[in-house]
Amino acid sequence: MSEIVLQAKNIEKSFHDPITIKVLNEINFSVNKGEFVSVIGKSGCGKSTLLYILSTMDTDYEGELLIDQISMKNKKEAELAKVRNEKIGFVFQFHYLLNEFSVLKNVMLPGLKLGKYSPKEVEFRAMEKLKILGIENEALKMPNQLSGGQKQRVAIARALINDPVIIMGDEPTGNLDKKNSQIVFDVFKELAIEEKQTLLIVTHDGEFAHKSDRIIEMEDGKIIRQ
Amino acid sequence: MNTKLIFSIAKALMLARWKQTLVAAVGVVFSITMFVTLLGFMNGLNDLLDSLILNRTPHIRLYNEIKPTKIQPIDKDPNYKSSHNFVESIKPNGGRLEIYNNASIMSTLKKDKRILGISPKIAAQVFYNVGAIDMTGTISGIDVEAENRLFKFSEYVVGGNYIDLKNVPNSIILGKVAAEKMLAEIGDVIQVTSAKGERMQLKVVGYFQSGLQDIDKVQSYASISTAQKILGKTNNYITDIQIKLNDINQAPEMAREFGSIFEVDAIDIQTANSQFETGSDIRTLISYAVGITLLIVAGFGIYNILNMMIFEKMDSIAILKATGFSGKEVQKVFILIALSIGIVGGLFGLIFGFVFSFIIDNLPFNTAAIPTVKTFPVNYDLKFYLIGTLFSIITTYLAGYFPAKKASKIDPVIIIRGK
Repeated sequence: MSEIVLQAKNIEKSFHDPITIKVLNEINFSVNKGEFVSVIGKSGCGKSTLLYILSTMDTDYEGELLIDQISMKNKKEAELAKVRNEKIGFVFQFHYLLNEFSVLKNVMLPGLKLGKYSPKEVEFRAMEKLKILGIENEALKMPNQLSGGQKQRVAIARALINDPVIIMGDEPTGNLDKKNSQIVFDVFKELAIEEKQTLLIVTHDGEFAHKSDRIIEMEDGKIIRQ
Repeated sequence: MNTKLIFSIAKALMLARWKQTLVAAVGVVFSITMFVTLLGFMNGLNDLLDSLILNRTPHIRLYNEIKPTKIQPIDKDPNYKSSHNFVESIKPNGGRLEIYNNASIMSTLKKDKRILGISPKIAAQVFYNVGAIDMTGTISGIDVEAENRLFKFSEYVVGGNYIDLKNVPNSIILGKVAAEKMLAEIGDVIQVTSAKGERMQLKVVGYFQSGLQDIDKVQSYASISTAQKILGKTNNYITDIQIKLNDINQAPEMAREFGSIFEVDAIDIQTANSQFETGSDIRTLISYAVGITLLIVAGFGIYNILNMMIFEKMDSIAILKATGFSGKEVQKVFILIALSIGIVGGLFGLIFGFVFSFIIDNLPFNTAAIPTVKTFPVNYDLKFYLIGTLFSIITTYLAGYFPAKKASKIDPVIIIRGK
């Protein structure tokens, strides 16, 4: 049996303003190492809400979340920040690169923050990641000089820098055209196969989801198929 | 490692909005410059005004006041010890202006370690005779060398050489205004009449200018022996002993001590000139208030700019937090920005403050009232620079603290989902 890297046990969440609405109900699932999982569902079914809980950024929920078999319950803000830094890589719908820094520095930042490697090594590793994504020539440019597809690939490189146990994506292809979507998908696929990288991607792109290993389908805050 | 990273992020954020950063820094530079210059200038003026009086005033003055004796003969009579007496219309007995036994008092004082120096003095009321007109005046008989050493006498002598007062017999240094009225030139001989009616010819060897018009109109100086001659007294006649102490703060206490030991009246500088200290204190207070107000205004400028920066950089802050920076670290970044503005701005403020002080110090300032002063007075006390530095750091830290706190509380989920 392969190693479980992410496990959700009975996760529930409600919004209380203006009236209490349950947005997530009895979410139970786990992700194994090396799996490429897509979460699909209609708008408003709670898939993004779930992702932010899984990513430790939203702490207002009930139930239990285990990342790398460690419970995230009762951890302090600074400890959760450390978990995000070390174990989770993010790719968002919007690239969220820092315009003040070069592409290379953007990729390096989480690595520098982790402080596991020396700045020189972090730089070398960042170049490696950019090479994997085929954008090593843009390393010294500023983010606003890049195309949308290139920016998203930089964001993926940034997610990879600390060799996270899982990469989470929130509609990573949502803003991209077909060609760029394909490139990003191929990158993910390659990471899953060659690097045994675990991926959990929220998307509403059915085509994208069908090409992944496993689909979790949500409706009205519940998992209806996995 | 982490600190270095926080520094580099803070630097990048500042450089990205370098115009705003510059404006904030200029605000600090301006306020620190004004703070240092203002305090330096104000205190320079304070020192000048104080020195006008305080330099010329003994720390303790021993003298005999003309006043009725407190203890009347009847108080000493043992027969009436338990009785109450009324004596009406008591008059002071005359001729007691002299300090008795002054030679031994002075030799005792000279041995006292707390005393920097003493200078005896005779105050003589005279009339300057100008043709048919008599003008009232005061001649102070002084020990020229001691007076110069303790009270910078030579600085106030504007014409002639002060030491001639000692070397030329029967000489006088006239008050500048009095001299103008008498049309007396250096080398002329003038005539004075003492209160007792004795006339005397005196040679003018210089002019004296204190800067206080009323004093210059009546005050003149002669040597002690000349003053004794004018008054027709013997050579042990002294009316005042002026004492300068090593520590001015001991004056009130020592004045009481000498008063009771030597049985003379003793007045200390604090009591005699309390209004000057009050004036100085209030001027200093005003300049501090203005300086600190300027700094607080600059602080609000920094606060606004940082708030705006945080509003603009919401996305960046959210992503920093999403990729593993804690709220504390984000807060550090913004406090660091504020402190950098404060420290760099403060440093330039100190430099400009010094330059401005230097310029003011070299501006010509000629006033007839104060002959020794040629340029505006400035005080370069290190204290003002230290206070300026301290305040620039404290105000910028506070100005940065609240926006930084706000930045640390930004919820990345709200920002990221908002797109």
